Amino acid sequence: MTTTVSTPSSIIPEPRRPWLATPRQRAEVFAVIFIAAIIDISLVAITPLKGKLAYLGLFLIIYPALDYLVVRAQRGKSAGSDALFRALVNFSMAIALLPIVSILWTVWSRGHKGLHWNLFTQDMHSASVTDPVLTHGGLIHAVIGSILIVVAALVVAVPLGLLTAIYLTEIQGKFTRPIKFLVQSMSGVPSIVAGLFILAAIVYPVTKTFNGFEGSLALAILMIPTIARTAEEVLLLIPHDLRETGLALGGTQWRTVQKIILPAARSGLVTAMILGVARVAGETAPIVLLTGGGDTTNWNLFNGPMGTLPFYIWKGFGAGTDESFQRAWTGILVLLVVVLVLFALARFLGGRRNSK
Amino acid sequence: MSEEREKPEMETQTQTSSLAGIASGHQPSEKALGVGLEARGIHAWFGQKHVLKDVSLDFWAGTVTALIGPSGCGKSTFIRTLNRMHEFIPTAAMAGQVLLDGHDIYDPGVDVTKIRLKVGMVFQKPNPFPSMTIAENVLAGLKLANLKVENKDDLLQECLERAGLWNEVKDRLNTYGGALSGGQQQRLCIARSLAVRPQVLLMDEPCSALDPGSTLKVEETISHLSSSMTIIIVTHNMQQAARVSDYTAFFLSDGGPGEMIEVGNTNEIFSRPRDQRTENYVTGRFG
Repeated sequence: MTTTVSTPSSIIPEPRRPWLATPRQRAEVFAVIFIAAIIDISLVAITPLKGKLAYLGLFLIIYPALDYLVVRAQRGKSAGSDALFRALVNFSMAIALLPIVSILWTVWSRGHKGLHWNLFTQDMHSASVTDPVLTHGGLIHAVIGSILIVVAALVVAVPLGLLTAIYLTEIQGKFTRPIKFLVQSMSGVPSIVAGLFILAAIVYPVTKTFNGFEGSLALAILMIPTIARTAEEVLLLIPHDLRETGLALGGTQWRTVQKIILPAARSGLVTAMILGVARVAGETAPIVLLTGGGDTTNWNLFNGPMGTLPFYIWKGFGAGTDESFQRAWTGILVLLVVVLVLFALARFLGGRRNSK
Repeated sequence: MSEEREKPEMETQTQTSSLAGIASGHQPSEKALGVGLEARGIHAWFGQKHVLKDVSLDFWAGTVTALIGPSGCGKSTFIRTLNRMHEFIPTAAMAGQVLLDGHDIYDPGVDVTKIRLKVGMVFQKPNPFPSMTIAENVLAGLKLANLKVENKDDLLQECLERAGLWNEVKDRLNTYGGALSGGQQQRLCIARSLAVRPQVLLMDEPCSALDPGSTLKVEETISHLSSSMTIIIVTHNMQQAARVSDYTAFFLSDGGPGEMIEVGNTNEIFSRPRDQRTENYVTGRFG
């Protein structure tokens, strides 16, 4: 009785992924989509239904139904329901994505016409609302102002939000429940209320003048609950063993939190910060109320009016000329890009060590 | 060669490099349930990392095969290729064939959910579904796979009896599984995998989270089950391999991809291993 080796062990075969769809299976999927589209078009043609919405709506019914029938005929009933469910999930994703893509597309198509190097080298102090967009003025003052104000808001809100989260999860004192309740209800505070609070508590009684930092404070009020709640969720996910291990090694509670818990939660805490920034980056009401909205580049948060992107956009739409509309759309585009870059940067910095 | 001609039905088996049955002169029993499971030239990768190299191994129906070896030698990866759980890891790739009843389970067009019905799996940590009672847990597979049975109560009792748990839980079938001890939970998980009537049961270190008493009970369960199905068990506990298995395969990685060093009758692997590395491992000189 011999046993033969089917492949000599020195020859390594090509890695395969037999579970991926074969070209034939992929072709079948496209065939189903194609047939569904044909049925869709002919149905719209022979019925009184009209317009893009009719095509879309009918396709959303026809494709899952056809997919279900085909898969069911090939592989049985439960495989059919699986395919139906998958089709519905994919469509829901597509429908949820539709408004986002539509917004991005609108912003790009209207905003890109105003893009020019001027934007990032000049401010608006010498340009008027009727000056041509591509040669006069820019929004560097607004970009600088937005970044300064949001960063200052982060500097105020991150320690407060994080420490609140640490109080809620690690210390768990007498006030945990009321604070949790307060933080939750605070996350629903309208942004104008935060602005009015700073106006009433700081601007009128103390400073009597507008500046960027007052805007930062209002944004910080909006950020703290978002950061605290997200950070709390993240910290709750850290296994309890880690806390006990830190304490069992003779660590104090603060050292355990500082050296073990926070590093373990690092990438989640970065997400908390990103969500906080996302909450406030486009806020307009408190900014309009508090920063004074200058047209000149101002690097000083504590002195003088400060322009920001939301303010620049708001002002552009308010001025009512073609040029100012164009500036506003371009401002939206720049705001989206700035926010995107900030997020990417935060992800990169936060994920760097964890990914090793 | 003459022997081989006298048994033509064995010929397909002899093409593979390592046959648990042939190494020990074992022949499939009369009551064999299908040909069993044959792995041929299995390689596995995670991304660029080659983790398992050219493993060919046949599992006769109605036998227990233990896979032993130090951590990171590819045992778990190997059994996960046997019921197509390997592909859940996004960067995973593989090569080779796994034949169940003579058909490659990796053929395009194979319904993967049907493969997993035939090749069941019990995991390292007992994991009864927390939202289900004991009875619902046992019958969960039927619900998930949309299978109908004539008499659910009979099936429930049969599965729990085969898993050796019936006497302990028959009075509290409608309580939640989380209240059971770890060993009972693991036997509940075994009962759960039995309800869909798999031909093969894969067990990935089923006792590593259990105390010795519970381990013994699970081992008894494995012995009972082995008469009616094919069992493949990964274990770090060599005494356990010696107690429950008919055949033992020793896996090892020398820093590169894991390889199967030796396979054979369990008694021989533990008493007269052919390879020096196997001997070092089973005698506890390393690993």
